[in-house]
Parts: sequence; C-alpha cells; structure tokens
Amino acid sequence: MRVTPILLGVLALPLPMAAHASTRSDVAQLRAELEAMRSSYESRIAQLEKRLAESEKKENALAQNREQTPPAYSAPVADAAVMQAPSAPTTDVMPKISLVLQGGYRAEKDIANRTPVGFLPASSDTGSKRGFSVDESELVLDANVDPYWKGHATFSIIDGAANVEEAWFQSLQLGDGLTAKGGRFLSNIGYLNNQHPHMWDFADAPLMYQVMFGDRLSQDGVQVTWLAPTDQYLEVGAEIGNGNAYPGTSHPGAGDWTVFAHTGGDVGISSNWRAGISYVQARADNRKGTINDLNDVSADTYFSGKSRAWLADFIWKWAPNGNNHNQYFKLQSEYFHRNEGGQLDCSNNLASGGSCVGLTDNYTSQQSGWYLQGVYQFMPRWRVGLRQDQLNVGTVDLSGNAAYLPATSYKPEKTSIMLDYSPSEFSRFRVQWAQDRSIQNLPDNVLTLQYIMSLGAHGAHTY
Amino acid sequence: MKYLALLFGLLSALPAVPAQAALKVFACEPEWGALTQELGGALVSVYSATMAQQDPHHIEARPSLLARTRNADLLICTGAGLEAGWLPVLLAQSGNAKVQTGQPGWFMATDGLALLEKPIKLDRAMGDVHAAGNPHIQQDPHMIAAVAQRLNQRLQQIDPANAATYQHNYDSFNQRWQVAMARWEREAAPLRGKLMVSHHKAFTYLYHWLGMTEVGTLEPLPGIDPSAQSLVTLLQQLKGKSVYAIVRAPYNDARASEWLHDHIGAPAVELPFTIGGESGTDNLFGFFDVTVKRLLEAH
Repeated sequence: MRVTPILLGVLALPLPMAAHASTRSDVAQLRAELEAMRSSYESRIAQLEKRLAESEKKENALAQNREQTPPAYSAPVADAAVMQAPSAPTTDVMPKISLVLQGGYRAEKDIANRTPVGFLPASSDTGSKRGFSVDESELVLDANVDPYWKGHATFSIIDGAANVEEAWFQSLQLGDGLTAKGGRFLSNIGYLNNQHPHMWDFADAPLMYQVMFGDRLSQDGVQVTWLAPTDQYLEVGAEIGNGNAYPGTSHPGAGDWTVFAHTGGDVGISSNWRAGISYVQARADNRKGTINDLNDVSADTYFSGKSRAWLADFIWKWAPNGNNHNQYFKLQSEYFHRNEGGQLDCSNNLASGGSCVGLTDNYTSQQSGWYLQGVYQFMPRWRVGLRQDQLNVGTVDLSGNAAYLPATSYKPEKTSIMLDYSPSEFSRFRVQWAQDRSIQNLPDNVLTLQYIMSLGAHGAHTY
Repeated sequence: MKYLALLFGLLSALPAVPAQAALKVFACEPEWGALTQELGGALVSVYSATMAQQDPHHIEARPSLLARTRNADLLICTGAGLEAGWLPVLLAQSGNAKVQTGQPGWFMATDGLALLEKPIKLDRAMGDVHAAGNPHIQQDPHMIAAVAQRLNQRLQQIDPANAATYQHNYDSFNQRWQVAMARWEREAAPLRGKLMVSHHKAFTYLYHWLGMTEVGTLEPLPGIDPSAQSLVTLLQQLKGKSVYAIVRAPYNDARASEWLHDHIGAPAVELPFTIGGESGTDNLFGFFDVTVKRLLEAH
C-alpha cells in the first residue's frame, strides 16, 4: 500500500519540466490537481487499510471455527496466477534427489572366474563375492532443465569410487512423438537393460545379460525414439554411441549402434503386455576377457572384431481389476542371439603354468540364450519368484587357439527362486536361492540375502 | 543398416490415423474425465487412465497409457504428488510437447486450491505423506466446482474457436451443480458431527464438507497396510467413542474394515471413490448421490 504515494511522486517528476514552457498559473493549477489526487489516494488507501484489518479479523474468527468451514468456499485462483505461484512450492524440490542403499549377504563356493563356460566374459572381475557386502549405493538427481530439456544423473558410489552410471539430457518439446536423448544412458534395447539393480525382481541379472553386456549395455552417445500416433503403443528408436561398454571398446567414431521397436497394450482391465525386438552392433579392439585355459589357469584374452546381436523381449502383467496392491503376477522372458567374428589373442601365460603362447588367430562364434521368469505377489508386501536361465554356447571356432583354450558343448543353466518382503513402497528384503550350473563340473548353490532401501524423492518407475 | 530400412518399411505400412476433430483428453482419474466431459460435451474425447477399482497412487506407466499420453491435447490430473509414481514417466517418454509441465495442455486439479493436512514435517517415518497436502479433493463438491471454473478457462484457452460452447456448458453445469450441492447438504445434515474411521486418509474432504470427524484410520500411517498389531492399537484408541461408520474405497482390502466392524459394531461401508465403479455413479452427480445415500443408509 505504501508503494502508491512513491509511485505518484515518480509520476509527478516530469511535470516541473513541462511547466517551464507554460505559465505560472498552469503550474499552480497542476499543483492543485496533484494535491487533490494525493489526498484522494490517501483517503482511499486509508479505506483499503481499514477493510484489510476487518477482513483479517474475520479470517481469524473463521480459522477458530475451521471445522465448520469447508475449504473450497475460498474462491479458486485464476489460471495465470497459478502458473506463476503454485500453491505448494515445496512439492518439487529442484532437483529431485533420491538415494538407494543396497547390500546383503551371500553364501557360495569360492570360484575365481564365475563366467559361464564357453563365453568370453564381459569383465575381468567375475570372482565370487562371499559373506556380507555393501553393494553400490545409487544417488539419483533428476529435474527439468528448462521448458525444453530434462536432465538426469545416476551415480553409483562404493569404497572411494564414484561411477557415473547415467548422465543425460532429454528433449521435452520436439513433439510429434519424438524424443532425443544425449549423454551417458542405459540403452533401450530389450526389457531389463534400462533398469537399475534396485528395480530387478532378483538379486542378480540373468545369465543372458551377464554374458551379453556384463549386466547391462550403457551408451555414451545419442538416442532418438519415436512413438507412433496410434492408440496401440508402438515405439521405435535408434542409438549411436562410442561403444566403450562391452561388447564393444572405446572408439573415436561410432563404436556401436542399436535399433529397437516395442509394442504393447491392455487385454481387458486386468492384463497388459509389451513385446519388443532389438539389434545391437559393436566394434571391439583388444577387448579384454579373463577365462581359464586348457590347463585351468587364468588367461587374458583380447578380441578384436565385430559383435552383432538380436534380442527379443516379452512381458505380461496381470492384477485383478488392474489393482496391483494386493495381488499381481508378471511373466517376463528375453532371448538373444549373438555372432562375433574377428581375431582372438590369448596372451602368453606359460610362466604361470598356463597353456597360452600368445597366438592371435581367427575367432568366430554364434551363441544364444534366454531366461524366463515369473513373479507373483500373493498378498500385500509378499512376493515369490522363479527364474530359469539357459545359455547355448553354440558354435565357437577358435582356429589356432583351440590348442590352448577349452571348447565345450556344455549348456550353462541356472535356476533361482526368491521370496521378498516390502514393509512399504520404499523398503524391501529378499532371500534368493539359486542352483547355478553355469560352470562345467562346478555346480554351486548360491544363497543371497538382500536389502534395498529408497530414500528421498518418490522415484517414478518405468513399465 | 538394412535392418533400419526394414523397420521404417514396416512403419510406413501402418494404417493411416483418421483425423479427429475432438480435443483428445487424457484424464489421470475418472472424476476429472467426467468433469471434462461435462464442460466439453461433444468437443472432447476423454480417455481415463485409471478405473474405480484401481488405486491412483499405484498405477504403472504401461504401454497403453504411453500411447494415449502421446496423442493427448490436454492432460488433466489431480496433482499434489498423487501421480508421482507414474505420471513423470508418461510425460518424459510421450514425445508430446503439448502436455509437458507448465504447458496449456497440462492441468493439475489441485493447483491453486487450499489443501488440507499439509504436513508440517516431511519424514517418511510418518508414511507416504504428500508434501503439498492431502490430494483426494474429489469428494468435496465445492472443490469440484472450483476445478470446473479453472478448467472452463483452460478449455477456452486451448480451443478458442469453441470458447462460447465451453462457456455455455460450464454455465449450465455450474447451475445444476449449485442446486445439487444444496440438496446434498440438506440431505446430509443428520451426518454432521458423526465420528468416522477410514481405511486410508482418502475421505478427509468428504468429512470436512459434511462436518464429520475422522477419529482413526485402519492404515497405521498413510500408505502402510494395517497389521494385526496396528488394528489392536486402533481398537484401544476407539474405546468409548461412538463410531458412526468404517469407510473404505473399492480398491481397499475389505478384511481390515470387516474385522473392526466385528469388534466395535459400527457398519463397514464401501464408498465410491470416483466415477464408474458401480451403477448410479457414472457421472459426477450420481457419484455424490450414491455417496450421501450410502452414508445415510449405513444405519
């Protein structure tokens, strides 16, 4: 209210300047008018202040009497005002921050290389992790950058090492079903690939993902997706990246690219489904993998060549009347088929009693695998799950290296059952037992106890 | 790259989408779909993401919802964090510029309204509390009236060519609504001052509107399922209080309210929580008719 007299003063400033060109009587007249305006405004301000005081008094009386006063009787706020001043600025802290804590206990045999036999491993750290352990804690930040872009980052933190799992920006305003994403992101191929471990229904990734991508395919590059303008869901997309994640290795140009298509819909109100098909092609230069040689000694292999893979995925979810609070069931399956062709070097490990002499020779493989899993929530908070993993070593042609590295027709497989309990939407405890027959002559029973705790912003989960 | 060609070949084989003049509306909950239908009439084509049997807190961002979000001209939801678990995914993956946060096609019913039960402290130890306040506003017809007024403005903004029709529909709706509200309030007068127990804190606005008092909830904390222990605690808490009814939504498990009914004698009542769950509730008027009737007939 006090602003008004100041405003009037500012408005009055140019007036003396205009008065120079005018007569004294004009000035006097203007002064008089101004004085009149001022006094009229002052009386109106006084009136307004009085009314304000009265309404405050009324409001206090109303507040004491609140039980009898429905909240909606206050006049609704106009659209424009809402946009500028939302009623609840506390709802969306910018950015939304959440932290996921994971860890547990595992009992299994002590095996140095747990890579399924016949496959070139995705990482060199494939040993057993026994006893108590804290898995990576995930720190997630997510916010709209401005009206045009959204930003997201996921860091995994463990023992002095912070990993950038995801760091991307995504378009919001391209329209026509188009979305573009750039940075580091989890590839949209398959079904499970873009899910973080805390979203998994089992304590570990299926064997198929372990041998294909070392749990999951991450991309440093760009992604474009397009949603068809139909009521039937149909998404197609492509990615191109530097290929620095398995099965590729870092490239100055495009190291890998993917294409994928997903479709899905509802069946009645209780069921819905999604199915997809994806293709990944990557180039590898001296991709390192540690396996056991014919003398059963650890050997470093280096693969250079092309890796091409097809994936098919299917998921079906059921909940009575579409209400998944009390009960639901989901059936999920994925299949892959991969061809790799190029050169394989098995570096000399004779000194440690190994069989490799450092030969580089041709290498081709055609391998496949699948998993099928079902998860059933039989009552609120409680779920059971069963998963079957199967890999097919297929045809592997080691050429000259066949003299140093094992060849096999063994079919790695694994059967897992799990039971989990979620006290709330934000916490979960799991017990999982697996019969792991992925390593020839070394069957193992693996018991995992796991906890997952989500703190902070309410994360929205993908389908 | 031949696979890419194949993919786009497949795409071009898709049937052409027929041109539709009606404004495509994606409603997160059926009550907002019904309200948009009242104001839009034949000018809108409404799709509701949830149904009466479903808990709007826990919906999955499933493929059919993504496809509908992609094609929507207007998205109307409750807001205030109710859809926090699924709406952000739909928006981010839809590739639809029109319905993104802050655009004219993005409409949150709770925006600009004074919400009840705004938490003083945000701590998940107190359950799944909504920072903005209790979002279940649809059970107070005054709230519906306030949303209708804003929605009328928004529809005219998005579709100015038909502004006069929206205004006409709104005037007609508002007139009938005011008359109906007066009737419900008259009918429900005997409910004033009654003590209520609810499954979830989902009926706050209904009690507030009709002057009833909530003396307990079956959920020990918002979003935490009742347990044997929490029910016993509730039973002790209710000692000496004359509870009028135990109220639940259709998607709540009936066992907890039936258990309490067996112990305190007060009737367990399932109230419609939105439009379309049962006969007579297929529009907003019917929704309140049934709600008031069921409360009155509880005894």
